[in-house]
Amino acid sequence: MEKHHTDSKVKGVSTGTTILAAIFDGGVVIGSDSRASIGGEYVSSKTINKVIQVHDRIFCCMAGSLADAQAVTKTAKFHLSFHSVQMESPPLVISAASILKELCYKNKDELQAGFITAGWDRKKGPQVYVVSLGGMLISQPVTIGGSGSTYIYGYVDAKYKPNMTREECQQFATNALALAMGRDNVSGGVVHLVVITEKGVEHVVVPGDKLPRFHDE
Amino acid sequence: MALSNVLETPAAGFNFENAARNAALEGLFDGGQTPKPLKTGTTIAGVVFKDGVVLGADTRATSSEVVADKMCAKIHYISPNIYCCGAGTAADTEKTTDLLSSNLTIYSLNSGRNPRVVMAVNILQDMLYRYHGQIGASLILGGVDCTGNHLYTVGPYGSVNKVPYLAMGSGDLAALAILEDGFKHDLELEKAKELVRAAIHAGIMSDLGSGNNIDICVITKQGVDYIRPYQESEYKDDRKMKYKYRPGTTAVLTEKVVPLKLEVVQETVQKMDTA
Repeated sequence: MEKHHTDSKVKGVSTGTTILAAIFDGGVVIGSDSRASIGGEYVSSKTINKVIQVHDRIFCCMAGSLADAQAVTKTAKFHLSFHSVQMESPPLVISAASILKELCYKNKDELQAGFITAGWDRKKGPQVYVVSLGGMLISQPVTIGGSGSTYIYGYVDAKYKPNMTREECQQFATNALALAMGRDNVSGGVVHLVVITEKGVEHVVVPGDKLPRFHDE
Repeated sequence: MALSNVLETPAAGFNFENAARNAALEGLFDGGQTPKPLKTGTTIAGVVFKDGVVLGADTRATSSEVVADKMCAKIHYISPNIYCCGAGTAADTEKTTDLLSSNLTIYSLNSGRNPRVVMAVNILQDMLYRYHGQIGASLILGGVDCTGNHLYTVGPYGSVNKVPYLAMGSGDLAALAILEDGFKHDLELEKAKELVRAAIHAGIMSDLGSGNNIDICVITKQGVDYIRPYQESEYKDDRKMKYKYRPGTTAVLTEKVVPLKLEVVQETVQKMDTA
């Protein structure tokens, strides 16, 4: 079998990863695996947190070089917080996504990081945005990213329905991540899910032994 | 504002000047390879236990195949409640930790507060990220502050991870095996010290770049216990170390004394205004 090179061109620790976000009726679910690798061969961390809170109701998932992604999210967190203080109101999800996009686009030659931003704001309710490696920003109801996402495009396209209930969406996200982690060698560990609604934020961690199993496991 | 940085004010945004310079330099060398910096093959480990953090390290510093220093100190002081183990390029780990320590001391004096471990981690991350991996320092930061006991790893590219136990350096896989097997949350002090000692010992036995003695540093709310060495290598050689020679050992054949004549060329007196 030909060797599967994922993020081996990323220098240092890479989050070869699976990340996703999906809108349901009344909120949004954002989730990721928890593996960080070096060179696609060595798992440097089994429990890395890739879902970062950038504001009260806005989270983002990172993919790519861990150092770059952490640096960008730290900068974005600061800018978003400052913007929110100046505007005297909670920031919009599109603002958070735009800040990440500006950083990724303006520094595209040096950075290797992509993001999924998801959250809830008063103006447009639950939203999901994707900021790709080069700095493209688009809004989607459901989106997947990272090296493991290639294995679950079919599943997501077939199984996602708009206006699911919270439980249905959580199960959909867990299944999708479990399937990707089962096939992608640089995704693994536990499933981190964050459910964001108007009322609040809930972290759900699904450990490896509680993940759903499929027919050949 | 947040931090008084004496030597370097952090500029806004990302700074990739050095990365571009290094890329340009690589083209100038024959064969396209820049000279490789010397590394300390190392085993360092850290464990969070019930009352604090235990850090451990071996004491060998190598220069290719020669052991340059048999008793090198790899656990660096950052602040009274924070210590840092360094793996990678020896000069980089020394200087980075020194800079961090100075900056935190100035911050402490200015603000009147004890530094927190997260603050040290953030400063390190900013510094290492700015240099885009050119500073070859993999660090394990451990400390106890008002928010609890913390152990962080900072990679050379600026990635940070908060963990309950950790090993780094060329002997990290061997040490990690011991830690994975023996680690439990809320260990007692003696068990934690023994676990770290066993982890470093595994690194020393299985890695050529690590060796000699084991240093242990225990940080708790009450204070710091820096045990150097915690365990000495069983392969110590017993050298006499008498390298002083009495005067007269070397015979003096001839002696010539030439006095140097100095004359005063110019004298200026400037009175200090002490009014």
